[in-house]
Amino acid sequence: MRKALFALALVFAWPPPAWAVNPDEVLSDPVMENRAREISRGLRCLVCQNQSIDDSDADLAKDLRIIVRERLTAGDSDAQVVDFVVSRYGDYVLLKPPFKLATLVLWLGPAAIAGGGLIAVLMFFRRRRTGESAVQPAAVLTRPPPLSDEENRRIEELLKDDAP
Amino acid sequence: MANRLVYILPLMVFLIMAVYFAIGLSKDPSILPSALINKPIPEFSLPPIDGGPGKGFSSADLRGNGVSVINVFASWCVPCRVEHPLIARLAALKVATVYGLNFKDKPKKALKWLQEMGDPYAAHGSDPKGRVAIDFGVYGIPETFIIDNDGIIRYKYVGPINPGRLEKEILPIIKKFSP
Repeated sequence: MRKALFALALVFAWPPPAWAVNPDEVLSDPVMENRAREISRGLRCLVCQNQSIDDSDADLAKDLRIIVRERLTAGDSDAQVVDFVVSRYGDYVLLKPPFKLATLVLWLGPAAIAGGGLIAVLMFFRRRRTGESAVQPAAVLTRPPPLSDEENRRIEELLKDDAP
Repeated sequence: MANRLVYILPLMVFLIMAVYFAIGLSKDPSILPSALINKPIPEFSLPPIDGGPGKGFSSADLRGNGVSVINVFASWCVPCRVEHPLIARLAALKVATVYGLNFKDKPKKALKWLQEMGDPYAAHGSDPKGRVAIDFGVYGIPETFIIDNDGIIRYKYVGPINPGRLEKEILPIIKKFSP
């Protein structure tokens, strides 16, 4: 019983996830530290490219984390801090690209392609229903006219001939 | 007639994708566009490498003195060693003032490196914390900047320059912005 409790305690004592942020970088004000973490999570580490500076162990990421905290301590707003970094490294430093003229295709492209595809599919089915279709399957799908009396008579004749 | 177009559509989609991939995959993803091209240089003042000659350089030196080149280097940076003879060749041509920005280096090691490799720089500045480099948007060294007479950044190259790059890009751009 005691062992089980101990094991349970261990489970709940699971260490919090580790971050690249070093203890000496952490600000004493928890509110400001939270803002810094939030900003850092949105900034790309340019050396490793697909990690945020919050996750990255690279030197440049560490420098940028410190700069983010310095700017915040100096009284900058979150947007001002982000602008500070973007003005030096460009929009690429933002893990979430901004919505503006240059990125219009990026943001709206997938929706436009999906919409276009949907319209094409709808048009295809509507045409098929009205009998006029791109591949003209109407002839295949509609039943052929029933055999006439003359044709039935010929079939019977042919079958009779075949009999031994 | 319109019906026939449906058959060509997959081919067209394929061709469009092929063009996108041809452009996208032939680019080196580690080379990023600089946000500072055609923007004025950040204000800075760098002290000389501790114990070395000269008096460092500042943003004021880069305005009104013709075209300047800033080469970001460090003794621990292996590609810097590779490109250094070309920086020396560029400096010897005297088409631009070549400054060296010593990035996050130990002064002793930097001076030894310059002694060993040759010191082509008109002046060098020490940036032990890399703060000025960050103002320049530096993310991997070596990096080389061309700055025109008005202190506007006109070109940036990330990585070691090679003879082709020097002849075909750097020298023509310096010439273009020379007053």
